[in-house]
Amino acid sequence: MPRSNPQLSANGELQHLLSIEGLPRPVLEQILDTAESFVGVTEREVKKVPILRGKSVFNLFFEPSTRTRTTFEIAAKRLSADVINLNVAVSSQSKGESLLDTVANLSAMQADIFVVRHDASGAPFLIARHVKRHEHVINAGDGRHAHPTQGLLDLYTIRHYKKDFARLTVAIVGDVLHSRVARSLIQGLTTLGVPEVRVIGPQTLLPGAVEALGVRVFHEMRAGLKGCDVVVMLRLQHERMRGALLPSAQEYFKHYGLTQDKLAAAKPDAIVMHPGPMNRGVEIDSSVADGPHSVILPQVTFGIAVRMAVMSIVAGN
Amino acid sequence: MRLAIRNARVVDPASGRDGMGEVFVEQGRISERFSKADRVIDAGGLVLAPGFIDLAARLREPGFEHKATLESELEAAAAGGVTSLACPPDTDPPLDEPGLVDMLRRRAQALARSRVYPVGALTVKLQGAALTEMAELAEAGCAAFSQANAAMADTQVLWRALQYAATFGFPVWLRAEDAWLAKGGVAHDGEIATRLGLPGIPAFAETIALAAILELVRATRARVHLCRLSSARAVELVRAAKDEGLPVSCDVAVHHLHLCERDLGYFDSNCRLDPPLRSERDRDALARALAEGVIDCACSDHTPVDEDGKHRPFAEAEPGATGLELLLPLTLRWGAAQALSLAATLARITCEPARVLGVEGGRLAPGAPADLALFDPDAPLLIAPETLRSQGKNTPFLGHELRGRVRCTLVAGQVIYGA
Repeated sequence: MPRSNPQLSANGELQHLLSIEGLPRPVLEQILDTAESFVGVTEREVKKVPILRGKSVFNLFFEPSTRTRTTFEIAAKRLSADVINLNVAVSSQSKGESLLDTVANLSAMQADIFVVRHDASGAPFLIARHVKRHEHVINAGDGRHAHPTQGLLDLYTIRHYKKDFARLTVAIVGDVLHSRVARSLIQGLTTLGVPEVRVIGPQTLLPGAVEALGVRVFHEMRAGLKGCDVVVMLRLQHERMRGALLPSAQEYFKHYGLTQDKLAAAKPDAIVMHPGPMNRGVEIDSSVADGPHSVILPQVTFGIAVRMAVMSIVAGN
Repeated sequence: MRLAIRNARVVDPASGRDGMGEVFVEQGRISERFSKADRVIDAGGLVLAPGFIDLAARLREPGFEHKATLESELEAAAAGGVTSLACPPDTDPPLDEPGLVDMLRRRAQALARSRVYPVGALTVKLQGAALTEMAELAEAGCAAFSQANAAMADTQVLWRALQYAATFGFPVWLRAEDAWLAKGGVAHDGEIATRLGLPGIPAFAETIALAAILELVRATRARVHLCRLSSARAVELVRAAKDEGLPVSCDVAVHHLHLCERDLGYFDSNCRLDPPLRSERDRDALARALAEGVIDCACSDHTPVDEDGKHRPFAEAEPGATGLELLLPLTLRWGAAQALSLAATLARITCEPARVLGVEGGRLAPGAPADLALFDPDAPLLIAPETLRSQGKNTPFLGHELRGRVRCTLVAGQVIYGA
């Protein structure tokens, strides 16, 4: 049954944004171009456009998140939508209500867009299969699977600073195994024609068949960073720092933490990105995070424009 | 009563017989030819074969009656031509006490449908710690002992269990999966799990456990049946064990002959199975090994799950698929793909599982129980919730049209399904 791409309508329009995987290049470019037009809006004195006036956006977060939820909320409000924030992690789910029951109930309250975060990979796909025709689902992060709006804002940032994807070498460093950000970004980069995407990390933090994603694998950081135009650092969750995956945060930082010294292996004009929130001194040194190569704060600003673009496109289709 | 079934394409995998003819039934058993029948069934040229024997069909009683009942699942078995089935002990409570086994057998007998062979729990509550009273359970009717899908992390307990079972000559049915390596995993640790961000179960979770089991078989000489092989490497280990003469047999679930990790598509929870669907290479190796006889039998691994259990994100969905009604069509499809004769194809669900289960059915020789399936191998069968008799509508083949439709099923000469 669910083998066809569930995010596109029969005529190839974006119905839901569930994953970057399977989205054709023109759709990605349409999102990035639309986001570019919204960057201007976010810099105006009156930061609102009436595109989603009268529409309701439900932020449905089954997993706690402040940052992503807030940026979606800001994006929806700048499009003049009504925003309802639901922290489901502490309400209905703990009473045993099933995921689909929760969604059916909210659907009865006339939602137009569901922004969903869930700790189980694939949960937004399940929801998208059961919502009404006029309702749209945007994945705000599902398990280890995908975080497509983060991937798109990363792509936007890279395009903003580097222009041409076809000449780039991009390295993604750290816990790829548990990272939905990494999966979404890798799929976006390969779709947009980046010739070399690298992942750098210890074997314990790389998925079993990582090469199947179309990346080159490096275990030694300087070798992996050599000649890179873009360095994307991944967050290392606290619970993974000590145990069977890694012995300690210190040893991790020594080998995979981004320092000025290691960054010197990359191209002189390389940019450094991080999806946030950062663990300074674990995956990234403060002097790099705050240094001239860092584009970590512009990423946040672009994130709002990208989310505005995604919401306006799905709601318009 | 004397029954004659005429005008049938009689296929007896045990003898290799395949030709138009008749089968005679007297007092519930296949008999020699007689002239005066009390009842005659005209088979209309359809295939008449021994009823199918399924080594793994969960009936969900006791404990999970909201998912399925003996009534619903034995009706599904009859509609699928399955005349004997072994049910794993993973009920609630598990089949670890003679009273439960006795009750299950009586309930099944009262329904007078397919023959039900309970498989007893190998350890108390399937916890992998203390042995069950195997001799008592065998007396109550357990055909073998198993952990079903429950973990058996403590290899010392496994060793003792095999020693104890070997003492009495009881067969032990084991699924090879290292509990630690499989911990938290929900899909084959390969390309698709990597892409979908699903926690993986590596193929060596199977082979490491399998190697341990085979060493223990060598040491204890216990009769072990290996359930639901899932990887190419496991096939090679079993091949070597059989070449060496170890007393092992094994089976594969019909789903794993046709599906692989790619069929997960976009998180199809109907493809959430135990063991997981692995790579294409693994699938092809399993299909070949069943044809070569390294794998002895195919089974349905029938596991009815209700909608609530499947309408969940993939990793949270309950594993399992309904299978009793798909056993024949999926076995036929496998046989056709392997270019096997109909008799050789059906052997994997008739005489071979009969041998593993230690029952006399699965063949058409005079004196054998008159457990029969009459089917049309070419008739289309749409797999849809409304056509499935099982209470479980969960199958990766939902919406598919398969071929092979049972028209009539007999157990001990009594028609339990069809005309």
